[in-house]
Order: sequence, then C-alpha cells, then structure tokens
Amino acid sequence: MANVSGKSAIVGLGETVVGKRPEASTNSLHLEAIRNCLEDAGIKASQVDGFLTNQPLNDAHRSYAVRLAHMAGIDPTYATDLALGGATPVALVQHAVMAINAGMANTVMCVHARKRSTPDPSPGYAIRTGDEHWEQPWGHFSAVATHAFAAQRHMYEYGTRSEDLAEIAVATRKHACLNKNATMRKPMTVSDHQQSRMIAEPLRLLDCSLESDGGGAVLVTSAERARDFPKPPVAILGMGQHHPHFSLMDAPSLTTLGGKKSSETAYRMAGLSPKEMDFAEIYDCFTITTLITLEDYGFCAKGEGKDFVKGGRIEIGGELPVNTHGGLLSQAHLEGMLHVTEAVKQLRGNEVEAERQVPNAALGIVSGHGGNLCMHSSLILGAL
Amino acid sequence: MSETQDKRGRPAAKDRPFLDELEAKPFWANLKEHKFTSQRCSACGKFFGFPPQFLCPHCLASEYEWIPLSGKGKVYSFVTYHRAWHPAYQDKVPYNVSLIETDEGVRMMSNVVDCPSEAVKIGMPVEIVYEDFEDYTLPKFRPAT
Repeated sequence: MANVSGKSAIVGLGETVVGKRPEASTNSLHLEAIRNCLEDAGIKASQVDGFLTNQPLNDAHRSYAVRLAHMAGIDPTYATDLALGGATPVALVQHAVMAINAGMANTVMCVHARKRSTPDPSPGYAIRTGDEHWEQPWGHFSAVATHAFAAQRHMYEYGTRSEDLAEIAVATRKHACLNKNATMRKPMTVSDHQQSRMIAEPLRLLDCSLESDGGGAVLVTSAERARDFPKPPVAILGMGQHHPHFSLMDAPSLTTLGGKKSSETAYRMAGLSPKEMDFAEIYDCFTITTLITLEDYGFCAKGEGKDFVKGGRIEIGGELPVNTHGGLLSQAHLEGMLHVTEAVKQLRGNEVEAERQVPNAALGIVSGHGGNLCMHSSLILGAL
Repeated sequence: MSETQDKRGRPAAKDRPFLDELEAKPFWANLKEHKFTSQRCSACGKFFGFPPQFLCPHCLASEYEWIPLSGKGKVYSFVTYHRAWHPAYQDKVPYNVSLIETDEGVRMMSNVVDCPSEAVKIGMPVEIVYEDFEDYTLPKFRPAT
C-alpha cells in the first residue's frame, strides 16, 4: 500500500480571537476561521473543493459541512462531518489527506469552532454522548468525572499524585502567559493548583480545561501544489487513530489509552520516533490526559509521566515543549483545533511571540482525544 | 432550555434509568425482583457486559441467557463528586460513584454505599444491595461483609 507520508501539506491556517464572544454565533465563528485561513493561504473560497468539519455538539445537523461550505461560498466535491469528539480536528486533517490522495479533492478546508463560553440558542437538538442512561442514574456526569476515573486508576497503579498533575497545569499556564490570544494569562503556581477546589476528586478545578468561544481552520493540499502558496508549507508526515473502547464500562485500561497504538501507527508512517520530535501539542482537556498521552506516545515509560513533566522539561526551552500555546487548559478549549494551528505556526517559524517559539522546530506531533477516554488521533507534522 | 438541552445547548441530564431500552428490559425487570443479571452468550460462553445488546459483542451470536451474577466484586476505580450536575444530587455531595468489576469480570457504574466516601479504595471487595424506587430498582454496592 502506498505510504502517503509527505504527500500532502498544510498551506493555510486561521484562528479567531478566543474567549468570551457573546456577539458571535457558532456559524460566525466557523466562518471567521475559514476567512482567516483563506487570507493566510492567499486563495479564494471558490478555489477550495473539499470541506470537513466537526459535527456541532449543540445543534445536530444532517450535514453541517455542506451547510457551512455553502455559507462560505465553497462548492465542494468532497465533504463530511466527522464525529470523534476531541479527536476530530486532527482527524479532519487525516481525512483531507485521504481525500486528496484518493483524487476526491485538491484543496480541503478543515474547520472547527465552538461557542461554549457564552449562550448560543439553537433551534436544534444536542448530540448524546452515548451511555448517559447507564451512568446518570448513579450520579455519573461530565467529562471531568470520566477523566477522574482514569486519574484515580493512574494514582493507584503508578503512584501519581495531584501535585504531579499540578506541574502540567503550571507549565501550560506559563505558555499561555506568553500568548496574546490566550484566555488565562495570570501565572499559576503548584500551590494555586493544590488550593483550587475539588470538582470530581481526584481532579481539581485547575486540572480542568476552559469553556471557550472561538474557532480554527487549516487548509490542506497536495505537496506539489503546496509550493505555489505564499507561506512555508507544513508536510503531513504521519497519521494514526485508535479507539480501544466506547463505554467507560468496557475500557480495557484506564491508564493506557488509544494514544499508544495511534502514535505507533503515525511514527511508522513517518519513519520517525518520539525522540525526534521537537515539540508536542497534546490534547489537554484535563491534566491527566496530557500525562497519559505523553506516556502512550513513548516520550517516557508508562508510569514515569509524573517525573517527566517536572523540572521544565515540558516548557519552551526544555527537552520536549508541550502545548506551546497554552493548550485547552489555559488558552482555549476548541477541541484541539488550535493544537493543529499552533503546530503549523511553530513549524513555519516567525508566527508566534518570540518567547514561545521552539528553537529550530522541524518536527512536531499533535494529539486528539475524545469521548469517554475512548477516541484518539495523532498527526506528525514537519517542515516541507 | 428544553427537555433535551440545557441553557448552553448541552444534553439535559436525567437521574433515572431509561426503562424502555429494548435490550435492557430484562435487566431492569430482574432487578425489580432483586436479581442482578448479565447476558451470557450461548455460543461462546462469554458475558456481554454493560450496556446490554442483542448480539454478542465477542462473536455476534444472537442467542444468550440472562445469568444471575454473584453480586460480589471489587472497586475498579472511583470518583468523589464535589459538585452536582443534576439537582437530584445537590444535597448528596460529596458522593461516590464507582466502576465496579464483578467477580464474573463485567464492569458497571454504581455507587459504594454504607461507607464514607473517603474510605472507598480501589480493589475494595464489595457486594450488591438493591435500592428500590417506585418503578425500578438500582443495583448498588456496599463493603463486603
């Protein structure tokens, strides 16, 4: 089978202002991201022929992709919504690569926006998460509690402590403080984290990501066409997914998740290994997600995440800068769409504040993670 | 706000089981008689686990039986809730929700009761207790005697 590594590239990116956007709608946030992406790529909507987006969680559509494409003046020969929760933005890029290499489209818009911080009245219906009727009668609600089951188990199996998770929150906040488009820009200490209230024990308020309004988009095309675009293209070198369970009751493990097999697939496709990555944008809906993913991605052994995240190792200037934009924890939670755009900016160079540019960034890995700890996607990107 | 959405458009939370789920009707009917059961495949002999389904998740056979479980198991993981996502739980915080692994190897969501939440531990042996409501019974667990 043909290896698609390096055959497609990201040639445009768009981000919106994030945070509280009471004046914006879910649709307008998507459209802003698309417009900013087209401007960055230097092309018109009419030159885009593929369109991918996330299924909107608060307003189920038969095809939100087709609706949005036409709202943006795009007439796609390939379009679909993907529904992998927080694993979707990375998967959008993967599907763009597949569509391009299958000859279904040449230039694919991948967009995701979310309005979650301020109200967005919708005439439609919310999408179910899946097993709520087997959870809520016993009082199980929320992503934070689902991840607390994993954190509790990681603490039991490997001796991880809340103070170790704090290190992730603190390092991520440091990066957000350097990002002008980040929501949380007040420095945080381990003590701040430890004094924050318990939400779903063992997870505290400062283990949790933000609720945000905003959007992001990237434009994907073939490596040959990529050279005609104005900005330095970023090659898509490796891709993987793994979805080891759906129900929390059916998970083979709560401490090794889909990231292990997903990243192994991506490394193999790219012919690269974890030690070659210059940075990692790791889906961080909760601190425990970052910890487990760093282990699953082979940056340290299982159970050693608690030591790996200390001593500045995951900060800019460290061995493996993680979430250089401030992540879902401190920049904004748009299901990881901005993990993708941030990786592209790091690899282009000269696009982020100088203090948070990873020196000589040539290779990076991005993770997506969704559902009840159950869905995972990985992307390895590199300068073309 | 609507029956299916909260003010931010997220799915509205409920605090009772969905008794009309086709696959699960025998489960809830058996519980009403204080019988805790799970499906076991007549072809491959494995337990289906939860939630129930009509075809075996291991071999896709259609034939199965509802088998009484021992009601004994261990806490696989747990969470102590310090906030409530539904008004029905507002006066219960802090409360425990546990993933229970039964001796037969199936896991389900439940609560460890008759035990302070700070005393719940992973690996703790537990046994079933039945909490009766007007039209259904919820399986819960207490420290094993």
